[in-house]
Amino acid sequence: MKLALRENIDRTAKWVFRATGIVVIAILAGIFFMLMWNTIAFFLKIKPLDFITGTQWNPSGGQARYGILPLLVSTCLVTLGAMAIAIPLGIGTAAFLSEYAGKRLKNILKPLIEMLAAVPSVAIGFLGIVVLGPGIAGLTQQANGLNALNGAILLAVMSLPTIITVAEDALQGIPGTYKEASYGVGATKWQTLIRVTIPAAAPGILAAVMLGVGRAIGETMTVLMATGNAAAFPKGFFHSVRTITATIAIEMGEVPYETTHYYALFAIAAVLFLVTLIINMIGEYFVNKYRKYHSA
Amino acid sequence: MCGINIAGMSDTATKLSAQSLNLWFGSKQVLKNINVAFNKNEITALIGPSGCGKSTLLRTFNRMHDLVPDVRIEGEISLEDHNLYEDGLSVTQVRRRIGMVFQKANPFPKSIYENINYGLKINNIPAADRKGIIENALKESYIWDEVKDELQKPATRLSGGQQQRLCIARAVALRPEVILMDEPCSALDPLSTSKIEELILKLKKDYTIVIVTHNMQQAQRIADKTVFMYLGEIIEAGPTANIFEHPQNELTGNYVQGHFG
Repeated sequence: MKLALRENIDRTAKWVFRATGIVVIAILAGIFFMLMWNTIAFFLKIKPLDFITGTQWNPSGGQARYGILPLLVSTCLVTLGAMAIAIPLGIGTAAFLSEYAGKRLKNILKPLIEMLAAVPSVAIGFLGIVVLGPGIAGLTQQANGLNALNGAILLAVMSLPTIITVAEDALQGIPGTYKEASYGVGATKWQTLIRVTIPAAAPGILAAVMLGVGRAIGETMTVLMATGNAAAFPKGFFHSVRTITATIAIEMGEVPYETTHYYALFAIAAVLFLVTLIINMIGEYFVNKYRKYHSA
Repeated sequence: MCGINIAGMSDTATKLSAQSLNLWFGSKQVLKNINVAFNKNEITALIGPSGCGKSTLLRTFNRMHDLVPDVRIEGEISLEDHNLYEDGLSVTQVRRRIGMVFQKANPFPKSIYENINYGLKINNIPAADRKGIIENALKESYIWDEVKDELQKPATRLSGGQQQRLCIARAVALRPEVILMDEPCSALDPLSTSKIEELILKLKKDYTIVIVTHNMQQAQRIADKTVFMYLGEIIEAGPTANIFEHPQNELTGNYVQGHFG
């Protein structure tokens, strides 16, 4: 009797876990299907070429325009700017933590950096409005500092924990024997870091960068708050821009259901999805390559 | 330990020596009052059971312990007339004059050529001279014939024995005065081991060699002098034949006969 009960519990547990797994997969498939369905609906109305090459995004004007270029360029501008700041800073910090910092300092710094990842994006966006914005406005003699540079700096801060953590793991994973060999021929710490440790950790560092890009490109709230969201074609770092994510967040709330505009927002979301997917896949590829290299 | 016979090891040709050397990792004393001298153009073997401090002693000679926090060193180490830890010699200069070959072959994840070129670049040897030096070092290490056609191949694809000979080539390319070897054959098969031993014997004419080994036969085959260590102290030191055939100390006798290890 007892045995039968135990076997029943075992069987039920198996079904419960199988069901939860299926539910998660079904939700993901549903999201993907909905994204694709609405994207296709958009392309039945607007030619893909016009969408990709159009330089105007103006869905509510007299003659609606659905050109993704200004949004895509905005997203790229902000992300590239963020990476220009975060990559050197992140790799530098990772190198410091892994090679120079003492044990005690490292034990304080690492959790602090990881805590940075837990700051809500809306709080960082707020900092952009009240601290960074006025600062940039003062420096550039503009009316306000809500522009691509502001967003790039905030995104850099947000992607730093990812870049630092992954890059530090990569540097830490380099066998001590490589470093000993380098010191053994008379190399300094700096020479060893630049010529042996970092090249050996390159796949892991590249993965760190890719994951950082992935983090920055999909971020919504911060850029929505900090970049000004002008719909015009972006003119540079000191001008207001409007990223793909911000556009969706702004317009989705007031767009009439199942109009071309509604479908258009799904289409730009699909583009964002595609870009993020590719970047994450590149990142994963390098992470795996780096793992293989180290288990060998 | 007082009263050790080191008379045979301190003549005028002393190249490298330690006087009253003590070393602690944290609060644990690992080397106790070490007095030892290594002669020019001789091979000296450091033997003793695991954990006796042989590798630790070896690594004090090219200041590898500088990288370890919590290490405290007292006493003197001299390379000819210079005190390695004081005389204004920088650690990089010390390591250039005293090369090292490690227990596990550790070529850089670079090409065979770059593995040797790296040390030359680090030490600012003119680019025009490097090619010749690299070829020479590979010939000196008896690996040239095996790799001359594939110098751009990753060094990690060589066999274990070839990798270790490449590491020796990397060390000799810098023309050090002393080469320290930390159980260089412990990960190799007998054939590779005999090749390396042959190589070490040939290097003797140009270099002073100190080798840590667990292999009694190896010590007898290649070493001119042997130093026996136990629990951080030097128990006995002298010509290899004496140590193995007429040990003065009971511990030495027991160890070389394989009673403990």
